[in-house]
Amino acid sequence: MKFPLSWLRDHLDTDASTDRIAEALTQVGLEVEGVRDRAAELAAYRIAHVISAEKHPNADKLRVCMVDDGSGAPIQVVCGAPNARTGLKSVFAPPGTYVPAKDITLSVGVIRGVESRGMLCSAFELELSEDHDGIIELPEDAPVGQPFAVWAGLDDPVIEISVTPNRADALGLAGIARDLAAAGLGKVKTPAVAPVAGTGANPVGVRIALDDAALCPAFALRLVRGVKNGPSPEWLQKRLREIGLRPINALVDITNYMTFDRNRPLHVFDAGKVKGDLVIRRAQDGEELLALDGKTYKLDADMVVIADDNGVESLAGVMGGEHSGVSDATTDVLIESALWDTLNIARTGRKLGLISDARFRFERGVDPAFTLPGMEMATRLVQELCGGEASDVTLAGAIPDAARVIDFPFSEVQRLTGLILPRDEMRAILVALGFAVAGEGDVIQVTPPSWRADVEGKADLVEEIVRIAGIDRVESTPLPRPGGLTIGVLTPLQRRTRTARRLLASRGLVEAVTYSFISEKEAVAFGGGQPELKLANPIAADMSDMRPSLIPGLLAAAQRNADRGFPDVALFEAGQTFASDAPEGQSMVAAGVRRGTAGIAGAGRSWEGDAKPVSVFDVKADVFALLTALGVSTAGAQIVPGGPAWLHPGRSATLQFGPKAVIGWFGELHPATLKALDVKGPLAAFEINLSALPAAKAKATRARPKLALADLQPLSRDFAFVVDAGVAAGDLTKAVAGAERNLIVDVSVFDIYEGERVDPGKKSVALSVTLQPKDRTLTDADIEDVSAKIVAAAAKRAGAILRT
Amino acid sequence: MIDKVANMGHLKWVLEEFCKAFFEVDSVKMRFRPSFFPFTEPSAEVDIQCSRKGGEIRFGEGDDWLEILGCGMVHPNVLRNCGIDPDEYQGFAWGMGIDRIAMLKYGMPDLRPFFEADVRWLEHYGFRPLDLPSLAGGLSS
Repeated sequence: MKFPLSWLRDHLDTDASTDRIAEALTQVGLEVEGVRDRAAELAAYRIAHVISAEKHPNADKLRVCMVDDGSGAPIQVVCGAPNARTGLKSVFAPPGTYVPAKDITLSVGVIRGVESRGMLCSAFELELSEDHDGIIELPEDAPVGQPFAVWAGLDDPVIEISVTPNRADALGLAGIARDLAAAGLGKVKTPAVAPVAGTGANPVGVRIALDDAALCPAFALRLVRGVKNGPSPEWLQKRLREIGLRPINALVDITNYMTFDRNRPLHVFDAGKVKGDLVIRRAQDGEELLALDGKTYKLDADMVVIADDNGVESLAGVMGGEHSGVSDATTDVLIESALWDTLNIARTGRKLGLISDARFRFERGVDPAFTLPGMEMATRLVQELCGGEASDVTLAGAIPDAARVIDFPFSEVQRLTGLILPRDEMRAILVALGFAVAGEGDVIQVTPPSWRADVEGKADLVEEIVRIAGIDRVESTPLPRPGGLTIGVLTPLQRRTRTARRLLASRGLVEAVTYSFISEKEAVAFGGGQPELKLANPIAADMSDMRPSLIPGLLAAAQRNADRGFPDVALFEAGQTFASDAPEGQSMVAAGVRRGTAGIAGAGRSWEGDAKPVSVFDVKADVFALLTALGVSTAGAQIVPGGPAWLHPGRSATLQFGPKAVIGWFGELHPATLKALDVKGPLAAFEINLSALPAAKAKATRARPKLALADLQPLSRDFAFVVDAGVAAGDLTKAVAGAERNLIVDVSVFDIYEGERVDPGKKSVALSVTLQPKDRTLTDADIEDVSAKIVAAAAKRAGAILRT
Repeated sequence: MIDKVANMGHLKWVLEEFCKAFFEVDSVKMRFRPSFFPFTEPSAEVDIQCSRKGGEIRFGEGDDWLEILGCGMVHPNVLRNCGIDPDEYQGFAWGMGIDRIAMLKYGMPDLRPFFEADVRWLEHYGFRPLDLPSLAGGLSS
């Protein structure tokens, strides 16, 4: 809500400066978003006289003007305006002046060979109107050399405040002044409303035909006959323009004035166009209204309308209809002052996408007690500006009395805020804000004023007192410290997430945070896109779905980096994924992508050989390093070839601790996925569900068994087996490791060969087996015995034949 | 934080101490403004002094304010709905935009690059992987 300071002064007698007023507004909770002082902004613009205007020697549409701005010698200015002519009074800006509408600072220029030292200005350039057809034309008597803004009456700062939803009463100048006066900035001088005596019954009847009386508690209507509508007086037009409203005609301007002056939205009907009585009823489904904004709205039975024999004339509390709107030809006017249900108005406005000053106020709640005074004040304004004879007021329904008494112990202020204030001061604040206060001692009886429907209980009264007394008077108080040391507060999952971040970052992956919202296309490619994971109101079309995986976001990020000239990137993210809309469908996941040559050995070219494109083994190494860092034993982990459809079926694997305990996957991306998402590889990715990892062991410190170190040398033997190409090397190593558990302590693969020296469909896997003797040195016979067991186990469990 | 005595003075102290520790300074210019939230009563918003000039945001200078959090005393209805008697227990709540305080602390003028994963930006504003804030070691190493 914004207002010029002069308007506030109608309601507040104060000698405080603009800065002090702005500061006080923020202090009482009416946060100032900006103060616009046009006089200060336009200080350099002066009224000037065009001494002469000659045609530019080198341009048909330009003129060379000599301008007197009151500073002495005439100034030469090149001007393109068609109305630049000798003798004109206009507005001049010298070099160095900032032009707000064009966001430029003027300098001395040469235009088509003629020097120009400044500018004659249009109303558009000064942000006064949209008119940029020519320079401003001022009357003959405008004083040359005077600041234009002061002469034009623009020296009235406009303050814009942000009003919180609970403070409906501060959406009118009277309410704002009340707060400021309570805070000690002056005295309220809002004029009292003098009723206008009616001169006879209102011939237009009003009937509330609603199944729920709360939708329209009261509806007042009055006819004013014989008015002469037309432009409103300059003071009113100026005020409306200053708050960003377009003056229309006196009757409409009066309703807008009342809206901002007293937070009392009104509607005016042209009585000549209303047929029969007014009925307040629910709209019928499908009924239409051409509203005053020129748009046609399709209504439904949840909405309340005001109708006559012609049909719907107005959408209650939101916007009037075009048909019965007032015009310059209006002679008889019906003034409506009504009360509506806040929630119903909000729903209607939201459903229709219709924003109006009336809706904004009715959905927050207006002062019910001002319904009739508002009618009287509007009538008086109509008579002052347009003349006419007023009927009696018709009132359908009744003005509700929401008076309630709150038992309020003054000690609540200290209990909740720590602030100790004298009772007199607290009482005075409540009274200044319009609360009725009765009783003495600590507990008093407080009746909130009719305009403060938001005040429900003791805590609200504490807020009223503290915001007016000054929240800066609340002194910060150290919290009492509990004894002993602070204990850890992180959950196991939080600890794992932190560890995962550090581990991955230390492996050279750069941490990213991407949006939890992705496009439907990406979601579907990664197993998502379910209806329950769609956003009701996405902020953009490509952010429509909750992500089922972190990979799509990381792929897009990797591609963006590649497009900017950084093709070799390794990124990771630790964040939430969503498999369903149930709480258990949400998981904490650590995922990474490696692109280009950004493998574990480092990217780019090197004298020792260029880095190779990323592969499944880079991301496999990431996953195992991650599990190790998280304290998850990989002994029981199963690596099952293949993974979700977005991974390359032959160069990927699923990591699990059993068929129902899948914890993630890693591999190169499927070419079809890359194509569908319009990203280019080489790309490898991994994803580990931290929420699904086996639980960490109990934290209590455990004593461990005595370390039995062998004092005999370990020895190793190499074996090469031929197996079917489809056999996983891991199965072979497991078979071998199990051949003699007392001696074999490690089995590792050191070579794999497929080619002409083995049969088609077969591969050779070379293993290094480490034997650790325990009580005596092994003899040749012992070693041969173990070797035989290894060959037998490999044959039995993996179909392997020792290569000879 | 809910107990039998926690009041707005404590809330102020907690937030001031947090900001001093987070911004690693001895004093922070903060502004508490009365405001409205449905879950707290009385409510306030907190702004921090900053300057915004030439597309940069700087903490601890200038005469602009950046709103960083909303706070207040937990609304009696919230306590009641949690089965807690608001005449016996009381407390405060706050919620802070971590992106905003990061902008202020590190002088990041724009929020959008936070989510773009541009490696140049990440490396410019990033941290060493093993930087680990701790009670003993402090926030930054």
